[in-house]
Amino acid sequence: MSAKKSIFTAPAGRSTVLALIVLLIVGAVLVNTFAEFVWIGIYTYFCVTLMMVLGLQMFMGNSGILNWTYLGFVGIGAYASSILSTAPQLKSMGVPNMYPALVQLQMPVLPALIVGGLVAAAIAAIIAWPLMRLSDAVGVITLFATLIVIHVVMTQWDNVTNGPRTFFGVQAFTSIWVAAAAASLTLFAAHLFRESSLGLRLRASRDDRHAAMAVGVSVVAVRYFTFVLSSFVGGVGGGLWAHYITSFSPTSFYVVETFVLLTMLVIGGAGSISGATFGAVAITVMREGLRQLEGYLNNSGVINFEVYGLTEVMVAVLLITILIWRPDGIIGGREFTLSRFRRKRSPNQDPEAETA
Amino acid sequence: MINGEFIINTLSLGSLYALLALGLVFVYGILKLVNFAYGEYLMVAGYAMYVFGTFAQLPWYVTMVLAVLIAALTSYLTELVAFRPVRSKSLNAMLVTSFAVSVLLQNAAVLFVSPRSRAVPLPPAFNQSVTLLGVTSPLRNLLTIATAVVLLTALTLLMKYTVLGIAMRAAADKFTTTRLMGVPANLVISVAFIISGFLAGVVSIFWVGRSASVEPLIGFAPLLIAFIATVIGGMHSLLGAVVGGFVYGLLFNVLSIMLPASMINYRDAFMFVIVILFLLIRPEGLIRGGYTEERVG
Repeated sequence: MSAKKSIFTAPAGRSTVLALIVLLIVGAVLVNTFAEFVWIGIYTYFCVTLMMVLGLQMFMGNSGILNWTYLGFVGIGAYASSILSTAPQLKSMGVPNMYPALVQLQMPVLPALIVGGLVAAAIAAIIAWPLMRLSDAVGVITLFATLIVIHVVMTQWDNVTNGPRTFFGVQAFTSIWVAAAAASLTLFAAHLFRESSLGLRLRASRDDRHAAMAVGVSVVAVRYFTFVLSSFVGGVGGGLWAHYITSFSPTSFYVVETFVLLTMLVIGGAGSISGATFGAVAITVMREGLRQLEGYLNNSGVINFEVYGLTEVMVAVLLITILIWRPDGIIGGREFTLSRFRRKRSPNQDPEAETA
Repeated sequence: MINGEFIINTLSLGSLYALLALGLVFVYGILKLVNFAYGEYLMVAGYAMYVFGTFAQLPWYVTMVLAVLIAALTSYLTELVAFRPVRSKSLNAMLVTSFAVSVLLQNAAVLFVSPRSRAVPLPPAFNQSVTLLGVTSPLRNLLTIATAVVLLTALTLLMKYTVLGIAMRAAADKFTTTRLMGVPANLVISVAFIISGFLAGVVSIFWVGRSASVEPLIGFAPLLIAFIATVIGGMHSLLGAVVGGFVYGLLFNVLSIMLPASMINYRDAFMFVIVILFLLIRPEGLIRGGYTEERVG
């Protein structure tokens, strides 16, 4: 990686990320023009999911720490932005126990989304510092425990979230254009972050913690700032998700969804943005396809029992297979580029073979 | 408040949680893997009891033995198929694998049995109460305590006095060195998984016994309890897991009594805040094990 960067020597993977953004927008135009209504919905949902995966990638991919708490911050963003953007009458109807001060609040959707992200980031900033000191198994359990704490608070604090019941009446703000724009922005932001000084220091701490500390990287600090940043992206993503789905409950931000996002990230390769994007595409296609199959099997009566859970079983099998076959994901830890792809055809010429 | 009933309750809850935590630590100690699929071994045992009890109409003691054996077998098979191939890769790969195995087993139950819960036939003894020294308590609680005493004694003897047990303790301490002494890695790890599944199966009998039903997500709550208990007790020693289980049982009962009614729903959150504080302030847990940061390569 060149130490000095200018617009002429863009970091590796810049062209890949730009190509992905172009593909994403062209895809949105094509789907919006030619496809049926259902597909527009699926594409919008995919773009929002992609944004969440990229937010997760920022922290997990670059720090090497499994972030189980992420969906908690997505949920915080979703609730915060929905509470801010929904009209007071609707809120007093939908959430009868809400604090009067919260009921009165209202602002346009766009600032509400940003504030939602900021609230998620603020909560992350408050709780994350001690958590970032932990690595390995202890870190995993702590982050997992934090997810559960956030979930319990969400399901029980019915003055804010309507408890375990559905929070409804959120405006349908997230169109295909909003979602595609947000996903494109996040793609570029994730790329900039990965190549920034902070991103490089974080990746150094991932590859060799002690060596990074020896050259003056404050491992806890770089992890901390990235965690907060990642939570901000997750919070905004959650807000967009909420303004697409319009009614939701705390179960949407728990273990099952964590599994989906983790699968997307791990299958493609957590270390690279192209990997995260590839995983999001692959899993979205696979889940939608299998869901159609499940629906067909259940409605047509080809078999005499109802099929549930087939999608999850297949996704889990795929994930285990990929982890055995390519533990760094299909794309791997480095960005996918055409030159690297060509080089792979003729082995023994890769000057910087993957060592991770 | 502190009466005979409370003591028996706490002891039985603690015994159950101690066995639960012990099963998790057996694998963690050697592989440094927090096994997210651990709760699913419990679920599998529950479904085995359902299938053998309802369809095969076997007597309850046969059902229970079969259920425990099937849980141990499931644990062994997951090790063989999923964990062994990724063992030499990164720790994250192994963790995500265990998460995937958990989702796989859960949804296999949804797919092949039903998303809804199923009633499990239980022996009549599980619903009876006895009065002992002036204290009336369900017979189930006393059975839990007795089972825990027997199993803990047996495991202690196994770990202390057999070659296998000594090899496993050595492997938990310094895996590479143990291999250099001629201990086969696969054998030690497989045995750890089998014991882990066995304990999950035994716990499952009592866990399912409380509600007399089994559902695909039944493994989640015990998994969390095992997490908390191991963290409190200390993840690096088997004794720590047992102590953690009993401390958790005590804490849970005390919180249940002490918390005002409006806060009782936050009990889980309180438990996990305690976990987080423990990890931050005393990450080695109540019982300090040997220095072990080494992972299996």
